[in-house]
Amino acid sequence: MVTVRLNVNGVAHEGRCEPRKLLVDFIREDLGLTGTHVGCEHGICGACTIMFNGEAARSCIMLAVQADGAELATVEGLMRDGKLHPLQEAFREHHGLQCGFCTPGMLMTALDFLRTNPAPSDREIREGISAVLCRCTGYQGIVNAVRAAAPILASGR
Amino acid sequence: MKPPKFEYHAPTTLDEAIAALGRYGGDAKVLAGGQSLMPLLNFRLARPAALVDLNRIASLAYIREQDGQVRFGAMTRQRTIEFSPVVAQRLPLLKEATRWVGHLPIRTRGTIGGSIAHADPSAEYPAVLAALEGEVVARGATGDRVIRAADLFQTYLTTNLAPDEILTEVRLPAMPAGAGYALEEFARRHGDFAIVGIAAVVVREGQRCTMARLATAGAGPVPVRLRAAEEILEREGLGDAAIAAAARRATELVDPDADIHASADYRRHLAGVLTKRALTRAIGVARG
Repeated sequence: MVTVRLNVNGVAHEGRCEPRKLLVDFIREDLGLTGTHVGCEHGICGACTIMFNGEAARSCIMLAVQADGAELATVEGLMRDGKLHPLQEAFREHHGLQCGFCTPGMLMTALDFLRTNPAPSDREIREGISAVLCRCTGYQGIVNAVRAAAPILASGR
Repeated sequence: MKPPKFEYHAPTTLDEAIAALGRYGGDAKVLAGGQSLMPLLNFRLARPAALVDLNRIASLAYIREQDGQVRFGAMTRQRTIEFSPVVAQRLPLLKEATRWVGHLPIRTRGTIGGSIAHADPSAEYPAVLAALEGEVVARGATGDRVIRAADLFQTYLTTNLAPDEILTEVRLPAMPAGAGYALEEFARRHGDFAIVGIAAVVVREGQRCTMARLATAGAGPVPVRLRAAEEILEREGLGDAAIAAAARRATELVDPDADIHASADYRRHLAGVLTKRALTRAIGVARG
């Protein structure tokens, strides 16, 4: 067993687990943060995407022990003072989700994408979110939401 | 869909990592970015006795210019390479190739050393290493050795790295200023491994070609340098007829296998089509 100390959404956590425990399972089972979803468990679907030290990463193909000392952000950390994050607002406004299973991964991926490409073309948005699979196939709404959120995030509001 | 049990080591120095590897006599795996190894563990296709995780060895992540080469620490992330000004200036082919590697959340973790040591023949970085005649540095208990791209790749997922060696550095010669370059790839979806990809570099003086480089991804068990096709351009110049002849020659030089994604014939066809596209684009951006 190993001890894992990390910071998630600004809150310090500590847990003990086997070295083989996947980071996503640690987040969900040990920390009780079930907003991050487990889909394919082999790094294809993107549902488990989180921010690892400020960059989008797939938590089903990382070990919890690798996150010892790390700063993580999950979908639970997006809201501020009871208000949805502007990206979440845009997803709601533009019907960027249907069943919602891929949504946590979509949000965290789009956040990192817009950080490095604040004014993307539609083609670039599609390439950016291609990292996450939506089995409802509601991609057009997601593209619309990311496009609408881009100037709001870029202006820092 | 969970990894089997393994002993876990996360050394902070390279010496400790090599010592740890040595203790398992080939039954340990080196964990770099984990974007290929972790799925193999989750599927239990890999069942190593131990993992030696390189992610806490800070000295393995760097990009520096030396002796006409750009040298990358093995743990340099693909995302770092994507945005590196040195790479943009000296190795624009590598920058272009990086955008084809997986997706954004893969590239934040995936590393140049891991991608090359994993030796997936459909991957982009091995093709770039071959096209640019790069080399890697491997360190084992007895010290460093430098391995040329042509000697590194043996067959599918297999290099000539010894079980107790770690790939520590990737060295790519800086591309000549004004060199044209392109990486053309066909995959079912963006971000998938290539069904076939072609990396091309051309150095031109007017219509003359003083250097051509062509290397494949996905067209055989290892990246293939298409030397005989390169020679057509170096002999006949950069006109449409020479491009067409080089593309035809490319289809004869590859010996692809069939798999669930594509037949051997289709891959051979793609090698020709993509060689033509890559050369056309590379010649278009070449100066000189």
